[in-house]
Parts: sequence; structure tokens; C-alpha cells
Amino acid sequence: MSILLSSKSRVVTQGLGSTGKFHLKGCRDYGTQMVAAVRPGKGGTSWEGVPIFDTVSEAVKQQGVDVSVIYVPPPGAADAILEAADAGVALIVCITEGIPAADMVKVQRYLEGKTCRLIGPNCPGIITPGQAKVGIMPGYIHKPGRIGVISKSGTLTYECVHQLTALGVGQSTCIGIGGDPIIGSGFIDLLRLFNEDPDTDGVFMLGEIGGAAEIDAAAWIKANMKKPVAAFIAGKTAPAGKRMGHAGAIISGGKGTAAEKIAALEAAGLKVAPSPADIGSTLVAAMKA
Amino acid sequence: MNVHEYQGKALLARYGVRVPRGEVATTPEKAGEIARDLGTAVCVVKAQIHAGGRGAGAVVDTSAQAAEVFHANLEREGLPKHQKKGGVRVVKSPADAVEAARSILGKLLVTRQTGASGREVRRVLVEEGCDIGRELYLSVLLDRSCGRVAMMASPAGGMDIEKVAAQTPEKIFRETVDPVLGLQSFQARRLAFGLGVREQKINEWVEFFEAIYTAYVDLDCSLLEINPLVETKDGSLLALDAKVSFDDNALYRHSDVRELRDEHEEDPKERQAAKFDLSYIALDGNIGCMVNGAGLAMATMDIIHYHGGAPANFCDVGGGATTQKVAEAFKIILSDASVKAVFVNIFGGIMQCDVLAQGVVEASKQVGVKVPLVIRLEGTNVEEGRRIIAASGLNIITAADMADGARKAVRAAAGAVA
Repeated sequence: MSILLSSKSRVVTQGLGSTGKFHLKGCRDYGTQMVAAVRPGKGGTSWEGVPIFDTVSEAVKQQGVDVSVIYVPPPGAADAILEAADAGVALIVCITEGIPAADMVKVQRYLEGKTCRLIGPNCPGIITPGQAKVGIMPGYIHKPGRIGVISKSGTLTYECVHQLTALGVGQSTCIGIGGDPIIGSGFIDLLRLFNEDPDTDGVFMLGEIGGAAEIDAAAWIKANMKKPVAAFIAGKTAPAGKRMGHAGAIISGGKGTAAEKIAALEAAGLKVAPSPADIGSTLVAAMKA
Repeated sequence: MNVHEYQGKALLARYGVRVPRGEVATTPEKAGEIARDLGTAVCVVKAQIHAGGRGAGAVVDTSAQAAEVFHANLEREGLPKHQKKGGVRVVKSPADAVEAARSILGKLLVTRQTGASGREVRRVLVEEGCDIGRELYLSVLLDRSCGRVAMMASPAGGMDIEKVAAQTPEKIFRETVDPVLGLQSFQARRLAFGLGVREQKINEWVEFFEAIYTAYVDLDCSLLEINPLVETKDGSLLALDAKVSFDDNALYRHSDVRELRDEHEEDPKERQAAKFDLSYIALDGNIGCMVNGAGLAMATMDIIHYHGGAPANFCDVGGGATTQKVAEAFKIILSDASVKAVFVNIFGGIMQCDVLAQGVVEASKQVGVKVPLVIRLEGTNVEEGRRIIAASGLNIITAADMADGARKAVRAAAGAVA
């Protein structure tokens, strides 16, 4: 059934502002079971036929929700994640961009030892093409198939998927993990799921400069991955120091440049796309090798 | 967001962190008065700009000199120590303080971190001198590998800490903090013993570290760096410098911190972009770029280089942009005189292509685009977006995909007909 999300998933939308409404409709049009929305104070009403609840736990109880998608603005977004986790929602997808880092430090601590999975924040969401989408990606560029996609970026993921689809390569599940310093699931968590998924034959990984997640993933792939993985790292020509904080570079042991990440991925046996226009063809080459 | 040293120190002092006595001056006369009021035998006059390496930098009169000094020395190392041209001066009388301030204020200070253009110095901090026993290093930052705040300390203070980390990692001590508990006394003690505290001073040092941690959390900092942290000859701690950066995402809950913003330290185009919630990055090439999303921005930059060009700038319009926002982004990109062609590379998710197209068309009509414009659109409402562009009657070069767009933009910027 691909990973994380399927046509059986039952989704609650947290944050029913204009963005939440726009994408609730988009996801429903794609075929996702958008069975509830949460808007404190509006419980008992409905929007476009979707029942609204005051709390996430009420939505879980009444509608058997197992996925939450969050569009709540930054000041309340961490609270929304905590509420979903507390209500026992298995998969929490946070789209919100701009959550204070200190709030995410607390969220991360709260989620330790819990079984629920957080994707994001600051991400486009998850799609299992042909079955369901939870998030803001344009559904029509995707095509059901057997390649998994994991990406730190939003729009660059669309670019990647678009190229795959144009080459006739369908996707099992595509996940945007988000580009913030603190995120829920990372590359390794999801590579592990794809590795065990009978419906996935290979994976494309989209990384970027900063942090060390891609380098850690390279080591994990070398040791554990049974399926081909191809990658692209954005920011090869980014001027040094423009984005990365001074002291932040120390704590990761000076890791973070595109060159270093590409070298680590190639050393782990991955094919790395030389230009973002070669993402699709690089994956195809990796699958043939 | 960054603040000046004097502002950072004032914030830290609120939390009980010991800093040298001092005040900020905008005129040489005021600098002299402050030195007289401090009444110490030695004072220090420090240029206030948002960049490190001030002591080893050089004060110059013109931007031509700034570029010359930067490329001759500073790009790699600092100026030789004996030169008395730096942004930090030790003075022995109020009259000397006046002179030092006069030779710094209104001039350009160029350091390893300012780039070749240097920064205009508009303020100096005049502080009492202190009895330096040892120079140490202390910082608090987010450790993204574990999603927690970490405190780092090193006995190798006053040096480039990245070099210390690379060459002598055993000289760096680190404590990761559980956000539920905060920095614990045993962790602060471990850092203090790592730095070689004198036994009778241990409680004072622990309190100092706890105050620094509290300030970091309370103010939603993204980096708090004390380099050097000074151990005075009597064994006490003193924050001789302070670099404080704040998490932009949390500024909404700190109105007092927001007021410390110094717009003179920011690129005017970046400032204009921020007003409209856009993010702008200035670069060295000649292709102006409008994109949505940081990953696509970097990929666009990579592919322009791949095809032999170079971006002049980037304006990231993000998700959910309005027509007005897109129009503003367009104006900012075009206000850069080095732009010889514009490449719009948008893949719409939240961003709808028709909104983008409408914004570009409106802005083009308002400002009158005099350079070639290459547009590549894909995503939500793309058909409507393409229709708006085609119907606009504007001279726009459309691109089938990213590579096609990059090639056309590079050719157009080079003056060829695309």
C-alpha cells in the first residue's frame, strides 16, 4: 500500500482559514477522505459538508481520524501538533512555515517515546498518487507507480515529480520532510519504510545545503538499503556563509556543503544528478544499473 | 535578526550577566565624556557594526580603499596585530577616547566578515578596560542533530572557534539541554571544570552559565556567543564581547527586541523585500530571478551556473503570494542595475500560477521592463497563468522547462536574442 498514506486514511484538517479551506477542497477532490476539521469554538457546525469539531480528540472519537494536516498559523502551530499527538493521531503532517525554533524543541521533546509520526513542519505534505494526498502539492503532476520520493524542499519536489512523471516513472509515495532546523521524520526514518515497502522499487532523495542529514542518510543507505537510491543536492553554487549560521556549522563538525554531501552519497554508491534538470534521468539510470 | 554588541550586552545585563561598564556614543565629544565618567585608567573604544573580526579589521575612508584592504589582507587573515587601524582601540585618557572615536565614526570598517564593501560606523561603544586573566569562549545555539539547545565552552577564547573545533576538538566542551529541565547545575559545573575554574569561584561561574542560558531561551535567540569570555585576574567571569542573534520566527512575541533592529545594517533591497514578506538574496551575476521556495531557488541558481550564467539576485515569493506581492518582488529584482535579464521559475503548489502571472503582467506595465523576461510556469492553475501571459501583449520569452528557461535566460543576459 505504499507508505504512510492510502485511500483508507481518514484525515482531519487543523486550521480552517483560507489556506486550510483551499487545500481541504484540493485534497478531497484528489480523492482523500477529508472527514473532519477542527476550529475551536465552531464545533457542531460544518463547512462544505465536512463536520467541524472543537478539539482533535473529539474528531478522533467521532470520525475515526488517523491523519491530521495542520495549517494553523505559526503562533499556534506547535500547540496544534501537541493536540494531535495527545489525541493519538498516528500521522501528523504540519504544513505551517515559520514556527519558532524554541516551540519545535518542546514539540520534539513531547513526541519522544510516542508512537505517532510527525512530518514537517514547513513542508508540502505527503501524497500516495492515485490514492490520497495530504498537503499542498498539485496532485495532477503525480502518477501512481513504484518510486518513493523524500525531499527537504517544497517546490523542488514538484519539479522532481514532474520530471519523473514526464519520463513515465510513477511514484509510490512522495514526502516533503521540510527544511526547518527541527523536523519530525527525517531521511533515514522514511528510507527505512520504503526499504520494507513491497510496492516501492527505488527512492529519489532531494537534499540541500546545511545540516548533516544527507551525510547520515548516505551511511545508513550503504549499510541497510536493499533498493536503488538516487539523489540531488540543491545549493552547489550557493555562496558560502550566506545561509548557515557561524556556530551552527561547528556543532555538526563542519558538515553542510553540497560538495561534501554529494561526495558522501556517491561514496555510498548513489547516483547524484549533476543538474536539477537531470533528476528524472538520473533516477532512471539508477534503476537500470 | 542581529543586534549590536552594546545592545546585546544590555540585554544580557538584564539577566545578571556581568559585562564591562560602558555607554554608546555617536560623536567624539560624547565618547570623551563617557571615558571621563568611567574614570578608569584604561578605556576601550569599539566600533559597532553587525560583523565580527572588528579588532583585526581596518578603518578606511573610501570604498575603494575598503576593497583594496579586503582583497590584500582580510579575505584570508586579519591585519597584522601591530597596526593601529582596527575597529577596537585601547585608550588611556578621555582626550585619546575623543581622538579614537573621531578616527572611527563615519568611516568604513572592513573586516573578514563585512566583505569588500565594509560597513559605515555610526556608533562606538566606550567601555572600562579590565584585567584580563584568560580569554575563554562560550556560546548557546540550537543543535539541529538532536533538536535541542546546546551550550559550548572552550578555554581557547578570542580565537576563530571553527578552527579550534577542527584542530583541537578536545578543547571544546558541550552540554545538551533538556527543554523540560533547562540547564542543570551539574552541567554548568561540568563546563566550568572543563574550563579550569578556581574552586572558590565555582558557584559564581555556574550562575553565569545559567544566566546566559536563561537569556537565550527567554529572548528566543538563535545564537548567543561570548567570545571572548574573560576570566579576570581575580577569577571572576566577564562578557567582554556579545554576539546575539534572534530567531526571526519568534520576533512576533518580543516587541522590545524588534525595536533594536538597525536598518542601516541591512541591505536596502532585503529590507524592502521583508516589508512585503518576501525573501531577497543579492548575488554577483546578471540574471534576476523570481522563484518560489528555498529549494527551487537554490536549484535555479545551480542550473543557471550549469549553463554558464550567474544570478544577480533571488526573490523568493514563497507560498500564498498575492498579485501585489509578486508585483513588489518584480520591482525589487528590476531595481538592481546589474540585472540584464529576468528569469521567473515558478512551480505552483500553494502559489497559484494565475496569481503569479497577473502580478508579473501588472508590475511589467507599472515599471516598464527594459530587459528580456523569461518565464517558466508549472503547477496549480498553470493553464490560466499561461493564458494571462499570452494575452498580456508583453514581450515575454516562455520556457518549456527549467533547463530551457535557464538556457534562454543565460543567452538573453549575454545580449543574444533568445
